[in-house]
Amino acid sequence: MPAPGVLPPTEPAPTEPAPTEPAPTEPAPTEPAQVEAMVAEFLAGHDPATTDPREFLRARFDAGLAWVHYPAGLGGLGASRALQPVVDAAFAAAGAPDNEPRRIGIGLGMAAPTIRAHGTDQQRERFLRPLWTGEEIWCQLFSEPGAGSDLAALATRAVRAGDGWQVTGQKVWTSIAHEARWGLLLARTDPELPKHQGLTYFICDLTAPGVEIRPLRQLTGEAEFNEVYLTGVRIPDRHRLGAVGEGWQVARTTLMNERVAIGGGALPREGGLIGVLARTWRERPELRTPGLHDALLRLWVRAEAARLTGERVRQQLAAGEPGPEGSAAKLTFAQLNQEISGLELELVGAEGLGYDDWSLRRPAVVDFLGRTPGYRYLRARGNSIEGGTSEILHNIIAERVLRLPAEPRTDTDRPWKDLPK
Amino acid sequence: MTIDLRYGEVEEELRGPVRQLLAEHSSPAQVLARCGGGDPYHPKLWQALAVEMGLAGLAVPERYGGGGASLREAAVVLEELGRSVAPVPYLGSAVVATAALRAAGDGPLLTELATGAAIAALAVPFATAPGPATEPTVREQRGALTGAVRGVADALAADTLLVPAGDGLYAVPAGADGVGRHPLVSLDLTRPLCDLSFDGAPGRRLAGGPAAAMAVSAGLTAGAALLASEQLGVAQWCLDTTVEYVRTRYQFARPVGSFQAVKHRLADLWVQLAQARAVARHAAACAGQDDPDLPVAAALAQAFCGPVAVRAAEECVQLHGGIGFTWEHPAHLYLKRAKSSAIGFGTADQHRTALAALVDLPPAAQPAAASSS
Repeated sequence: MPAPGVLPPTEPAPTEPAPTEPAPTEPAPTEPAQVEAMVAEFLAGHDPATTDPREFLRARFDAGLAWVHYPAGLGGLGASRALQPVVDAAFAAAGAPDNEPRRIGIGLGMAAPTIRAHGTDQQRERFLRPLWTGEEIWCQLFSEPGAGSDLAALATRAVRAGDGWQVTGQKVWTSIAHEARWGLLLARTDPELPKHQGLTYFICDLTAPGVEIRPLRQLTGEAEFNEVYLTGVRIPDRHRLGAVGEGWQVARTTLMNERVAIGGGALPREGGLIGVLARTWRERPELRTPGLHDALLRLWVRAEAARLTGERVRQQLAAGEPGPEGSAAKLTFAQLNQEISGLELELVGAEGLGYDDWSLRRPAVVDFLGRTPGYRYLRARGNSIEGGTSEILHNIIAERVLRLPAEPRTDTDRPWKDLPK
Repeated sequence: MTIDLRYGEVEEELRGPVRQLLAEHSSPAQVLARCGGGDPYHPKLWQALAVEMGLAGLAVPERYGGGGASLREAAVVLEELGRSVAPVPYLGSAVVATAALRAAGDGPLLTELATGAAIAALAVPFATAPGPATEPTVREQRGALTGAVRGVADALAADTLLVPAGDGLYAVPAGADGVGRHPLVSLDLTRPLCDLSFDGAPGRRLAGGPAAAMAVSAGLTAGAALLASEQLGVAQWCLDTTVEYVRTRYQFARPVGSFQAVKHRLADLWVQLAQARAVARHAAACAGQDDPDLPVAAALAQAFCGPVAVRAAEECVQLHGGIGFTWEHPAHLYLKRAKSSAIGFGTADQHRTALAALVDLPPAAQPAAASSS
């Protein structure tokens, strides 16, 4: 549950390219037909049916057709992000292997933009290609037992050791750490400074000695997440991302992109959990009561309103006029998922007293729809905690959108070591 | 068909002058003073809006003297009217009566409405939800109407009443012999209702049979769909005014808006408003393009936006504290408008019931009656 006390600003800002990126040597394509032609040419030389999938993806990266909005040489063409769906569709139509974007979501969504924006040329060359092809999986080492909403209070220490760093601490709510090669690590390098100023951002090798990964079992029985214990883990200085003491600024890039990743695509009416509930209602007339009917209709109305709101946000973004409404989406869907799944469990009545499986599963992605109502009900409780609690999101909306004054703070201008813990 | 949920250029261009006009002639203080005088309707403001700016005919085709736009543009006018709780019969005449007359196909009267030469009101109770027609409470015999209709909105300002009677829809001059208009002491000070009585009043038949029922239904559906935009405007004023107040009101040596107990409520309200905007835009767009989804869109709009406006007005009163409970502060005008509007064109509950049928979420079967044998 990467969960930041600083959340991204109300309007997802595109990640700024680092100033060292080379100027494009040839003009970037601007038209869908141009990139389609490039894909066709690439496919002519790399038949998806006969090329090894890994080699195919590496070659696609090298051809600049991985993420076209990235610079040439880093998997892109320096083109508009709007052309990426055209490229993806052309590859999908040819039956090309993909990089399993859901499995490498943290790498694509958070690590890549952070490395692109703050990394050195060597870091970008070393990390982006295997990140995109899925050969190296990334996770995020931010939250700690003592630093949830208040991420900047984190206590994991990084101290200089030789020509590098030695890191000790405990991270928590780390998705996919058990499969990951690299972690985005935020650690404290100077406890004498106020908490936001004493942080530095590192790339941590999860295969290094001193890294211990344990499943974090959640109340659903499964373990989507991990605890990561770091005991004297050595990190070379070339794996520091950004300047010493500027970890917070680098982390903001990661978090900003986390929120963009949460955005999601267009939903049809009754897409999402409300559709599951409505289907059960239609198929099981014997379950119906007047009270449940009223509750169902109230939720249907709210879910449809939320869907239209998301659709409106998408239309605004597509027209290049983003509004602040997107920042409410996570709050709304958390509330709806919880209430809808709660009602579904009540609707099925006695059947809701069962549960499908308490075993310690390790799912790669949340399977909301494939499991039973009891699972949905339990998993939805996490929706208002993960990725920023609803309480923090209320503060963000109130302070950033409505410009209401912040609460008086006592923790921002004292040395971190003197703060009550 | 894709429904565009944004504001178009025309709509944004429309908004500015309307807001400016209302700021000059219909500030909350001015509306409050007008309500104290007993008759809140503001003929000069109507003249400016309907005639000079030509907004009464926005949803009327040009061949009938209208602006040739659609209800989605009219919705933006309604947002602004809601924002200032302006006491003008725009919803009743330029939306409901206009939609009914378009469906009935009456050109001459439509032209009068479009040019602002006349104001019309559909003579049905304001609380009537769209849906299956009910038996009219007015009878017709050889063109003479007899009966009564209770709780009608915007009829006090009207020149012409569109009266469902018998199996037809009739146009009745509001000042004709045999027509009685009896003002009610209304919860909403800015949209007062009246009872209508007809005692052999002269009626001109506009439509009969199914066509008459369809015309009434078109009026009510347009009203339900477009009222959401007015409700959005009401809610927006309440949110804006409250946010401004809690930023500047100090207690315990802090702006009260810095307390999380206050700011979280306002954040919730903002989220609901953002949703109400999408829902209201959707309804207005569906009404504007006669989309087949209009019945769902209108029911959704009233099931959602009515309660949001009520919540906004209630929060406005509460978060203003003592001053919000006074007559002097205009918050009560918005509270009264919001609560009345949540009943107008049917309650949220009625619209949820309508949705149940429209989207196939049937109610529980009635329990079998106890056997008598």
